[in-house]
Amino acid sequence: MNWRTGIVVLCIAALLGFLVWGLVKKGDSSLAIGEPVPVATLPTLPEGGEGSIEDFRGQWVLLNVWASWCGPCKEESPALDRFEEANRDQIAVVGIDTKDLNGDALAFLREFNIEYPQFRDASGDYTDGELKTTGVPESFLIDPEGNLVAHYPGPFKDEAAIEAFASPALDDAASPGETEGSS
Amino acid sequence: MKRLAILITLLLAFAGPTMAIAAEPQASLPEIEDEVMCPVCGTLLGLSHSPAAERQRVFIRKLIDQGKDKEEIKDALVAEYGGQVLAMPENRGIDVWAYAVPVIGFGLAAIGVIWAIVAWRRRRPGPDEEQTESGPSREEDERLDQDMARFDL
Repeated sequence: MNWRTGIVVLCIAALLGFLVWGLVKKGDSSLAIGEPVPVATLPTLPEGGEGSIEDFRGQWVLLNVWASWCGPCKEESPALDRFEEANRDQIAVVGIDTKDLNGDALAFLREFNIEYPQFRDASGDYTDGELKTTGVPESFLIDPEGNLVAHYPGPFKDEAAIEAFASPALDDAASPGETEGSS
Repeated sequence: MKRLAILITLLLAFAGPTMAIAAEPQASLPEIEDEVMCPVCGTLLGLSHSPAAERQRVFIRKLIDQGKDKEEIKDALVAEYGGQVLAMPENRGIDVWAYAVPVIGFGLAAIGVIWAIVAWRRRRPGPDEEQTESGPSREEDERLDQDMARFDL
């Protein structure tokens, strides 16, 4: 094999490598249950700070990805707010506003009187790229070690649906010894 | 009182057109729609009618009404959504590579083509070379002469 043939073979191998890599990346479409949830430092809402879901390590977290332009996010918001008020001792509800205008996001928080912690992922790099969301709203249940326990694409129908989704956290709070022992 | 009225009239006469110029549109929605992306749909804003795109249009219209020019509006969109909102990458920082790579690739391809042509032309034998190669060798010439002599031609 002369050097010219070698270069051609190398180019074809590189091209095939890229194709295979692209297919593998595309197939890896969602976070796996039990795996650590990726963390990133994001601006907080209202503006003026920075934070990460890592700040909630040691607590159960219901991470809700939303946007002000999303109709279903508006529909689920009151139930989520009521759930947060009723269960804030057992679980931290945390919101991430994505691909949204800052002013619109703030207006949304005011409209629904949302007071639980909020982050802003304006570009969607974290939600799309790291959390691998497929749309909004989408929710993630994260255990105190930072691992994914459950994933809920789409809006919660009502408060009961949120309670069912967050039941591992609520059960853990009800009987901490048992769950710790079993996990 | 009369002086005050004159002063107000003068102020309005001069300040009015100035304010009008300040608020005069410096950009249009269609031209910006062709240069920015809808962050949710992954298409040009002009091609999208999603709720997110409509909010983006409202934001752009507001800035147009404030008299902002195209670059100022694009900067405001980048501040809101990040750099991916631009349909064309900026020509600074790492984004320069988006422009540089095709130019470098084209340059390398051109060099490759020129090199191939030169190599091909070198390999092709010239007219004299071709004659020499296809003509009889010295031994053949000698044998031909001997044959000619033998047959007395």
